[in-house]
Amino acid sequence: MDTVTLIAIASIVTAGLTIAIGSVGPALGEARAVATALTSLAQQPDASKTITRTLFVGLAMVESIAIYCFVVSMILIFANPFWNHVISQTPGK
Amino acid sequence: MRLSPDEMIFWQHGFFKLNGTIVFTWGLMLVLAVGSKLITRKLSTDLARSRWQNLLEIVVGGIEKQIEEVGLSQPKKYLGFLGTLFLFVALASLCTVIPGYEPPTGSLSTTAALALCVFVAVPLFGIERQGIVGYLKSYAEPTFIMLPFNVIGELSRTLALAVRLFGNMMSGAMIIAILLTITPFLFPIFMTVLGLLTGMVQAYIFAILAAVYIAAATQSRKPKPEPSLKT
Repeated sequence: MDTVTLIAIASIVTAGLTIAIGSVGPALGEARAVATALTSLAQQPDASKTITRTLFVGLAMVESIAIYCFVVSMILIFANPFWNHVISQTPGK
Repeated sequence: MRLSPDEMIFWQHGFFKLNGTIVFTWGLMLVLAVGSKLITRKLSTDLARSRWQNLLEIVVGGIEKQIEEVGLSQPKKYLGFLGTLFLFVALASLCTVIPGYEPPTGSLSTTAALALCVFVAVPLFGIERQGIVGYLKSYAEPTFIMLPFNVIGELSRTLALAVRLFGNMMSGAMIIAILLTITPFLFPIFMTVLGLLTGMVQAYIFAILAAVYIAAATQSRKPKPEPSLKT
């Protein structure tokens, strides 16, 4: 198996695994955050504005982890430096 | 598959490239500046006012209240910076309804520039409030060992701001592009609406996080007064 094939396989498999495994954690974390926010909203409805705002800020911070995984996955598929390097070295074999 | 509006070249002359990011950013700046200038030409303080002035008052009043709720005691001082951040990112996302438009925040250059603005503004506001020595002392706050961690935390917060906004905008545009090649008619419209919603949420998050960082930097750490024991 030559280098080009190896790099292609590694990039594709890693891109898929990155976004698959990387979105499990943030999804679970966000679900727990929303559940806790709903409980505290039920207990203190008059603090709903503060709770909602804090919930959204916290969700954005947790979501960023999933976004990092997505960006890495996109880089591996579309802007892969190893692939570009190895492709530029095989001019019409 | 186009990854960012950086790759839409409108005009090229040797080294200088006029790409989509620059053109759309300048377009947004033009709309914001000229629009505000036109609306605030004749301000009225009685009950009869134009609806555009009403709209601007709702927006500015809302942002000021949010800044105050975050914990900044003089919201008017920070209203210019934080309001501009929110308005620019929100308008950049709202204009997606215009055909042929790509949000400039879908390019890492724009979001990195905005995050660098926040990175520079936080020490500026902190030093203005607490003085240089007071602000630098806050880096060694709980104990002196925390100094490198505080510095690294500052840098990683800036990076997180940039990548969060870039990732959200880029993923919205990319999902729509991919769906257009699979099920062209109805589904991309739903994803565009979802993209509008996440764009507004991300604009709010960016501004609120910048406000929280500034509030953390300008809080003077006075020892809390002892609660008096009432018998």
